[in-house]
Amino acid sequence: MDEKPLYEGCLTVAGGNFDNAGEVSASIKTILKKMGLPSDVVRKAALVTYESEINIVSYARRGMIRLHVVPGSIMIEAIDEGPGIPDIELAMQPGYSTASPRIREMGFGAGMGLCNIKSFSDMFKISSEVGRGTYLKMIIKTNRDPLNS
Amino acid sequence: MILHEIKDLLEAEVLIGEDQLDMEVKTAFMADLMSDVLAFATAGSLLITGLTNPQVLRTADVIDIAAIIMGRGKRLSPEMTQLAEMMNIPVLTTKYILFEVAGRLYSKGIRGCIEKVGSK
Repeated sequence: MDEKPLYEGCLTVAGGNFDNAGEVSASIKTILKKMGLPSDVVRKAALVTYESEINIVSYARRGMIRLHVVPGSIMIEAIDEGPGIPDIELAMQPGYSTASPRIREMGFGAGMGLCNIKSFSDMFKISSEVGRGTYLKMIIKTNRDPLNS
Repeated sequence: MILHEIKDLLEAEVLIGEDQLDMEVKTAFMADLMSDVLAFATAGSLLITGLTNPQVLRTADVIDIAAIIMGRGKRLSPEMTQLAEMMNIPVLTTKYILFEVAGRLYSKGIRGCIEKVGSK
């Protein structure tokens, strides 16, 4: 990531605000679309951002989503101040969830969020500190590698 | 199928997108769990759901869903109407239960956007 970024930005996400959950992902999708990136790439980036945003709204006090676009890839970081995840391995298991009924009413909280983020990212990193917060880093490649497509 | 044929087939009411009824769709995905919609629905598909909250629209927007069919007579809240208008995504409501919606659409040639879930 030494290249000069094509785009760099940071958007804040308010914890607990379900009414606006998804606004940040929609903005990021608009930005990436305007940059002329392929629609399947934009869709993947919006998807991982949206799941991250839902996680921040659902569990954290506040957070931010950073977007960093360079030739060849999109990097998205979701950083929150919140309870953190005590057991990341467990949290990554499909179906594991600590979601409240409110989150489930929204159609989330079935323990699929982190799995979806991982499966739609070309690179995914997660770290967390209990009582402090969680950090997610996702990279989506924008130019297709013919060997892996 | 063309969206207006779907409207007739399901005796649906168009809540948003009266001007987009000439759109053609070939595939659909049905779920109330938005994480599964994100995981499995493909761009350009219909989203059939019984869930009514803004996250349905947000989810549809994120993954380029063509149109939303709300079953069991579900309707949009005023804030959802505003959001759907802004996103310009057609939303239809039908009194048919989701099973009937799926069956009727399938019998007219609409197929699942994927047949089975599996390893990627």
